[in-house]
Amino acid sequence: MPEVLELATALAGRAGADEQVEAYVARVRRTSIRVFQGDVESLSSADSAGIGVRVVRGARVGFAWAGSIAEPAALQALEDARDNASYATEDPAAGLAEPDGIGPAALALWREELAACPSGSKIALALDLERRVRAGDARIRQVVSSDYSDTLGESAIATSTGVSASSRRGTCLLHASALAGEGAETRTGSGYSVGRSLEDLDAERAARHAVERATRLLGARKPTSRRLPVVFDPRVTATLLGIIAGPLSGDEVAKGRSLFAGRVGEQVACGEITLVDDPTEIAALGAASFDAEGIACRHNRLIDHGRLLGYLYDNHAARVAGARSTASAVRGSYRTTPRVGARAVALEPGALGPEAILAEVGCGLFVQSVSGVHSGVNAVSGDFSVGAEGLLIRDGALAEPVRELTIASTLQRMLQHVVAVGSDLEWLPGSAAGVTLAIDDMAMSGI
Amino acid sequence: MAQPPAPLVDSGLLERVLAGSLRWGGDFAEVFVEDRSSTAVSFDDRKVEELSSGHDRGAGIRVVSGETTGFAHTSDLSERGLLAAAKAAGAVARRGGGGIRRVALSPSHSAPPGDIDVVPSEIGKARKVELLVRADDVARSKGGAIVQVSAGYSDSRRRIQVASSDGLLAGDDRVRTRLSVVCVAAGDAGMQTGYESVAFTLGFELFERRSVEEVAEEAARRAMSKLSAKPAPSGVLPVVIKSGSGGILFHEACGHGLEADHVLKDSSVYTGRLGQIVASPLVTLVDDGTAGPEWGSMAVDDEGRPARRNVLIDNGVLTDYMWDELRARKAGRQSSGNGRRESYQHLPMVRMTNTFLLPGSDDPEDIVAGTPHGVYVAHLGGGQVNTATGDFVFGMTEAYLIENGRISEPLRDANLIGNGPDVLSRIDAIGSDFGMSPGTCGKDGQSVPVGCGQPTLRVTGVTIGGTAGA
Repeated sequence: MPEVLELATALAGRAGADEQVEAYVARVRRTSIRVFQGDVESLSSADSAGIGVRVVRGARVGFAWAGSIAEPAALQALEDARDNASYATEDPAAGLAEPDGIGPAALALWREELAACPSGSKIALALDLERRVRAGDARIRQVVSSDYSDTLGESAIATSTGVSASSRRGTCLLHASALAGEGAETRTGSGYSVGRSLEDLDAERAARHAVERATRLLGARKPTSRRLPVVFDPRVTATLLGIIAGPLSGDEVAKGRSLFAGRVGEQVACGEITLVDDPTEIAALGAASFDAEGIACRHNRLIDHGRLLGYLYDNHAARVAGARSTASAVRGSYRTTPRVGARAVALEPGALGPEAILAEVGCGLFVQSVSGVHSGVNAVSGDFSVGAEGLLIRDGALAEPVRELTIASTLQRMLQHVVAVGSDLEWLPGSAAGVTLAIDDMAMSGI
Repeated sequence: MAQPPAPLVDSGLLERVLAGSLRWGGDFAEVFVEDRSSTAVSFDDRKVEELSSGHDRGAGIRVVSGETTGFAHTSDLSERGLLAAAKAAGAVARRGGGGIRRVALSPSHSAPPGDIDVVPSEIGKARKVELLVRADDVARSKGGAIVQVSAGYSDSRRRIQVASSDGLLAGDDRVRTRLSVVCVAAGDAGMQTGYESVAFTLGFELFERRSVEEVAEEAARRAMSKLSAKPAPSGVLPVVIKSGSGGILFHEACGHGLEADHVLKDSSVYTGRLGQIVASPLVTLVDDGTAGPEWGSMAVDDEGRPARRNVLIDNGVLTDYMWDELRARKAGRQSSGNGRRESYQHLPMVRMTNTFLLPGSDDPEDIVAGTPHGVYVAHLGGGQVNTATGDFVFGMTEAYLIENGRISEPLRDANLIGNGPDVLSRIDAIGSDFGMSPGTCGKDGQSVPVGCGQPTLRVTGVTIGGTAGA
């Protein structure tokens, strides 16, 4: 099979004098293994590849994709993208990215040992994880799933405007979901470990988390409704940061859909909050050398001690705003065009560990997990209302478990009411880092 | 009418691939072939931002040996490509002992092309673009408070072919069309959003059922109605849910818990409860893949089994779960036609199709009038459930207070949280009206289109996740 960059370059080279062409070529090998009760439940391993072509003609943009990298499919996509462009509205800011002189960070995102690892070792890991969860506590009734999965991908972007970029990356994940029970009651908990090769994976820690999270909720009751300080588990904070990154998109700002619009220079959060999106942080699972338009990724400081410094931009959003691209173009797959998004967003850690934060809060709610984020958080209005389960905080330590409750506020208010950012930063699957976070005065609804 | 398509892969080749899949052993093999093409238009900020189109074809092959399933997929539909995938999928079955097996296919449920009047691929792109321009015009004409409109159109045609070592050979040809509008309204108290969509397993004739204007007006009205909204209450209140407002309540409250994969792993609160009372006697819940052109409809499921109408809860009594091929085999019964997958690159699993509560006998207006103090939910967003505990949330995206039996002030968006079995037992009124709405259901990383429906109904108490005193 030809190299992905050669394919992309050849396709972009077909651009006529009156147009710009961008070709994105991706090839992925994905392995997923699920074990159940000591047996392999399913094993799937397959390669897939595809191509996405963007054409800019007369200030109009068209896009087409194909689930194949064979030449006829690629040429058809180019023709379709040209035709599709003729139906778009003329946009003075339309145009493909151009190299901006910044070189890519050298990131070791690919490890040969992951690519060479036989499925036997991967199955053994998932089986080991399942055994550890089962043995972790007598109250573990079932390990609903114990999964290993990895993704090895290579992608390339070439444009007729001079962009030429390619990269390879590999990630692997170990994940278990446990049921703990006592009498008629059942609680659930999950644990995972992520990395770039099997040596990074810590089955013991993943199992401990799954067991601890499920068992400590046994006996949970519905609390009475009241306002109280809330401490987020690092996983919950990562979810929150993913939400906050949305309205920091320069595209959403330009379209008037952001609660941060027109607020650069203002104190949008309290002084504890410094927020950075840095895809060149190798520890981040979302680390990348290039963005989805082939521009070198870079460190972007968005909020500094509560003050909003700026937004994230891809090439188009930057042109609209008269700013420089922050190399923040992302794409879900070859089937979609780039959009603005964060890859590695993190809060600057504070001085206190999780126990010290609980001690400082004294009395409140520790949120272990949240649900209904898609239905209950509106990043335009800022309304925030999510289902939650966790433990009450009493006398500065975790106390009785609670469930079937919601916590609510607005994103704007939550950012102003942060009382502590933990020192326990860890990179999690997805595009954000987790850290313990304490927020004052949220509404808890129960009975 | 759509032309009856030629088979994607010829049946002789499918027989050879199935035999190849079982060369190293195994109890069951299946080839799923798919050809999908789609068009999408996005309109935002007064511009047609992009028109995109794409084409994908490939096959997924699975081999089941004992408790183990091997799966592989390929975009190469040649004999060489398919046999290579068969070999990869069959590799897991090696320890199961061997033996070449001959497979003879007999066409069983080869569905004709769906009842499509106007195949979207025969409609010019300009007409699709024009729909969105109209949506933008209509929404903005509703008032100066509408400061932004984005609208999306998409259509897809998905032809599938399924062949298995049981001799099954089936196919389907699914055309789906969708249009959605999101409006942003701005007022003194900040911005609010309104969303509305229309989506059916139909072609372009979809717009005869519901016009673009109606969809755009509804999205604009919803956004503006919330400009004066006050924070939702915090605490337990009676809730009246408008017919067709999302139906997501039942999808989350019990639908997922009735999927046999959860049930067989004891990760559902409904495990072992067949024949028992699991809901108020007013509740009859149905999952129906044959419900006309609804968003979750199909002729056969993604395992080649005919879609069916399955009664899950009958007057409060749990009558059955939903089944796919694999779980049905384990339980020694027939699939209920609920085996679905996102694409040929995914393994099938138990999924809902169109899930709805049958209407009752109460006058919807009387239900509101009979509620002294509560919340009226006119539109629901998404939801999420933990099937093992039954705890679920669903979002309200248009809601009002009910005071003295009358709908009063609008409320800001919030989630509601409840426990499935508990909420189902607290339904004390069911209206004689009915409505369906389309949605996308995510499970284990796979998304499939589903329909949800329900009449107006009342739950005597649900926790409302707002910030104001209840």
